[in-house]
Amino acid sequence: MSSGTLYDAVWDRHKVTTLPNGQDQLFVGLHLIHEVTSPQAFGMLRERDIDVARPDLTLATVDHILPTADQSRPYGDDAAEEMMTELEANVRDAGIEFLDPTSGDQGIVHVVGPEQGLTQPGKTIVCGDSHTSTHGAFGAIALGIGTSQIRDVLATQTIAMDKQQVRKIEVTGDLGEGVEAKDVILEIIRRLGTDGGVGYVYEYAGEAIESLGMEGRMSICNMTIEGGARAGYVNPDETTYEWLEQTDYFQENPDEFDRLKPYWESIRSDGDAEYDDVVTIDGSSLEPVVTWGTTPGQGVGITDPIPEPETLPEEKQDTARRAQEHMRVGPGDTMDGYEIDVAFLGSCTNARLPDLRRASKIVEGREVHDDVRALVVPGSQRVQHAAEEEGLKDVFEAAGFDWRNAGCSMCLGMNEDQLEGDEACASSSNRNFIGRQGSKDGRTILMNPQMVAAAAIEGEVTDVRELSEVVTV
Amino acid sequence: MTEDIPSVENLSGTGIPIRGNDIDTDQIIPARFMKVVTFDGLGEFAFFDQRFESATPPESRDGDGEAVVADDEQKDHPMNEARYQDASIMVVNNNFGCGSSREHAPQALMRWGIDALIGESFAEIFAGNCLALGIPTVTAEPEDVRDLQNWVEEYPDAEIDVDVAAETVHFDDRTISVSVDEGQRKALVEGIWDTTALMKSNQQAIADTAANLPYVGGD
Repeated sequence: MSSGTLYDAVWDRHKVTTLPNGQDQLFVGLHLIHEVTSPQAFGMLRERDIDVARPDLTLATVDHILPTADQSRPYGDDAAEEMMTELEANVRDAGIEFLDPTSGDQGIVHVVGPEQGLTQPGKTIVCGDSHTSTHGAFGAIALGIGTSQIRDVLATQTIAMDKQQVRKIEVTGDLGEGVEAKDVILEIIRRLGTDGGVGYVYEYAGEAIESLGMEGRMSICNMTIEGGARAGYVNPDETTYEWLEQTDYFQENPDEFDRLKPYWESIRSDGDAEYDDVVTIDGSSLEPVVTWGTTPGQGVGITDPIPEPETLPEEKQDTARRAQEHMRVGPGDTMDGYEIDVAFLGSCTNARLPDLRRASKIVEGREVHDDVRALVVPGSQRVQHAAEEEGLKDVFEAAGFDWRNAGCSMCLGMNEDQLEGDEACASSSNRNFIGRQGSKDGRTILMNPQMVAAAAIEGEVTDVRELSEVVTV
Repeated sequence: MTEDIPSVENLSGTGIPIRGNDIDTDQIIPARFMKVVTFDGLGEFAFFDQRFESATPPESRDGDGEAVVADDEQKDHPMNEARYQDASIMVVNNNFGCGSSREHAPQALMRWGIDALIGESFAEIFAGNCLALGIPTVTAEPEDVRDLQNWVEEYPDAEIDVDVAAETVHFDDRTISVSVDEGQRKALVEGIWDTTALMKSNQQAIADTAANLPYVGGD
């Protein structure tokens, strides 16, 4: 087993006891909740007549079902209105802070936690959402959980967990032109497989990771779950501390920052930490990666050929054949030139300010292709307002993009934003599963935000490096 | 506090094979059916897009409130076949339940009638969510899983016995050895898979742990 890693340190600090079933009981430092996975848990609590143990360590927002166009109440969709009303009642009764759309702080749960300064190094963070792994970018141990576990956390502020092994993934070198954090994680999943991380937590390290800003690190940790690992993290450093220092929370509590920093430093992985596995990837050799199939592991460099299913590991061949049939692609072709109908810039993976900035550089002075409907859905109201302030909204709208309000939107099609029929979508989101974007015949091609912008302009998957103004992170 | 939590030692029932690797939770329960505040009624939406042509649930109901779907609206899928309607043991392949953490996925399978899953491997959050419902996720060698899937297709009315405690599955005249994660096995067999009660009894230790964390204030 690993020793001396951040994971070991944070685990030990939060371990309450070992349970009779052999699992460890861990204290939860921050519990994030949203409208989709929490109502049943509150219902279970009511059935057992249990109160929420630590509303002060719980934060709620609404993101999955929220309309991104007309947000006037009641919502046009009765089911969405019911879920929102239920969440409002639950947080009011329990005394939980709720970042609702009138607060100016609402957004996708994995965007708002870090914005609020509540995502911090050395915390255990859970949420009924698999992309909770995002928060690991700050050196937190962040885990997606199911609804029965949400009940556990609401009732006890603890969770029952098995300790995992730790795999260090070292990404060396500098990322090239047009290559982003998204491409790094798509490449990692392609190489290690969608189930390669089962039983592991991923520690991301190396110069290519360290030179990323917090947003890039979040994109990588976000998609850790797509590689089968339950959590992923980056050791906190000056980049992390700079982000934290600028949040409202620490601006208002500068003493807190000074008081907590030694703890943040103390949980970093030791130089001589032991890992259960180490994988090294040469970041400088990467090009923009796009998916050709229906799992996030089915990615390929934009100039590389789509693989023959027969050349893949045996257990991946059948999935690959069915994916190629669904996507209507053939082995040997590249994805460059694959026609799209929709371009979606959004999601907890890639809808933060720098993501929108890079995409806007590609869009500026150009027009969305006639056959494409394109939309930008900022990750939070704060991102939205900041982007509007610096003129990004104008750039996108001038090019023909729809500029929307914050939410999960077309990443999973729980609101009005969905693919129709067999539309193909260039998407900055995280999952290309069949049906994911709201249509069972829809086709999703995952890529970085600049690549989405380029696809929107050209009407087909395009190597962004062939356009001018390509941005290097 | 745990007196009403049943132990899950042995399960018997007929099987249903769901073939394919990397079957994700978006397939098991598409997100549009999660716009609900209870898990009731999710069973009929399990694998909806694999089972039905239409994107929307049928409006017509029979006397029991069950959905009525015309034959030409149904796709080829084991869950649509009459011979599997009473199945309680689902036999799956590799990395089943990957993707979203939605507990709606095992809830939908459970409400359709599934009590146990046998597979080559399971995604972790999915397996954890199953455990929280008292549903074992036992793993077997790929060859054994394929044998079992073929056998179930041939004998859909025959019993499969899953022995969680002994880590075996019995079917036909065969007994195959399977693996059950140690924590899962203990929790199921001893009836301690409902962790809320288990953990709530450790109040003092929880308070002590919290007090030792620099970022946590007092209650």
